[in-house]
Amino acid sequence: MPDNTRPLSPHLQVYRPQITSILSIAHRATGVVLAFAALLLAYWLASAAYGPEAFARAQAVMESWFGRLILFGFTFSLFYHMCNGIRHLGWDMLWGFELPRLRITGVIVVVASVSLTVLSWLMAYGHVDKL
Amino acid sequence: MINTPQQTRSLQSKLGRVRGLGSTREGVHHWWAQRMSAVALLPLSLWFIYSLISLTGSDYDAFHAWAGEFGNAVFLMLFVVAMFHHAQLGLQVVIEDYVHSEVWKMGLLLFVKYGTVIFAASAVFAVLKISLAG
Repeated sequence: MPDNTRPLSPHLQVYRPQITSILSIAHRATGVVLAFAALLLAYWLASAAYGPEAFARAQAVMESWFGRLILFGFTFSLFYHMCNGIRHLGWDMLWGFELPRLRITGVIVVVASVSLTVLSWLMAYGHVDKL
Repeated sequence: MINTPQQTRSLQSKLGRVRGLGSTREGVHHWWAQRMSAVALLPLSLWFIYSLISLTGSDYDAFHAWAGEFGNAVFLMLFVVAMFHHAQLGLQVVIEDYVHSEVWKMGLLLFVKYGTVIFAASAVFAVLKISLAG
């Protein structure tokens, strides 16, 4: 690039962090995280197609404490990206741009995604009955 | 046609405006594809998470029995294809936003495009193999 020293978009560091901007970058970050989750899903399905030993190896990786931590992060990323994605679809239909509504829907997204993540894991381990 | 101030100031040709494809000549195709895959992924993701919850603790045979069911196999393939398509579209935007070197940008875009297609094809074949070959 020729001697171009102008700031390149997006130059986040000049802005004060706000709920709107934090949730926006979190949407992008969780999206990138979920791309890695997609790779793990492809590996898991391939291991099941390959045979019992390969499947057992994949299961062992995911059942380790580190594997579960990663899966927990993936679960939260999916719920957050999904909830905030619904918020995005609202904006696409020109709904929810007013600042108070923007804040309220943002708080709802965070509360909903945390709750759904915890609820899913409690259900998976039988602490809460499935619906 | 009466020229409004807006139109006299625009450098865009009338043909260009009618086509409505903008400077990238792609129009809203990328934007629309991202939304369509997102809407498809809403029910598919919820179904997938619910399935994983139900499958927790299952062994190889139990998983094969589950994935071998007609509806589960079809939903799995739809989920995988929609997800890798959506991932490709999203990662493309991230790369276009943050990678400013043309060579790196082009390389990464190709890497992501080919990679998502390869993984989607592998995952679909895995589901087919599990459900058809047992």
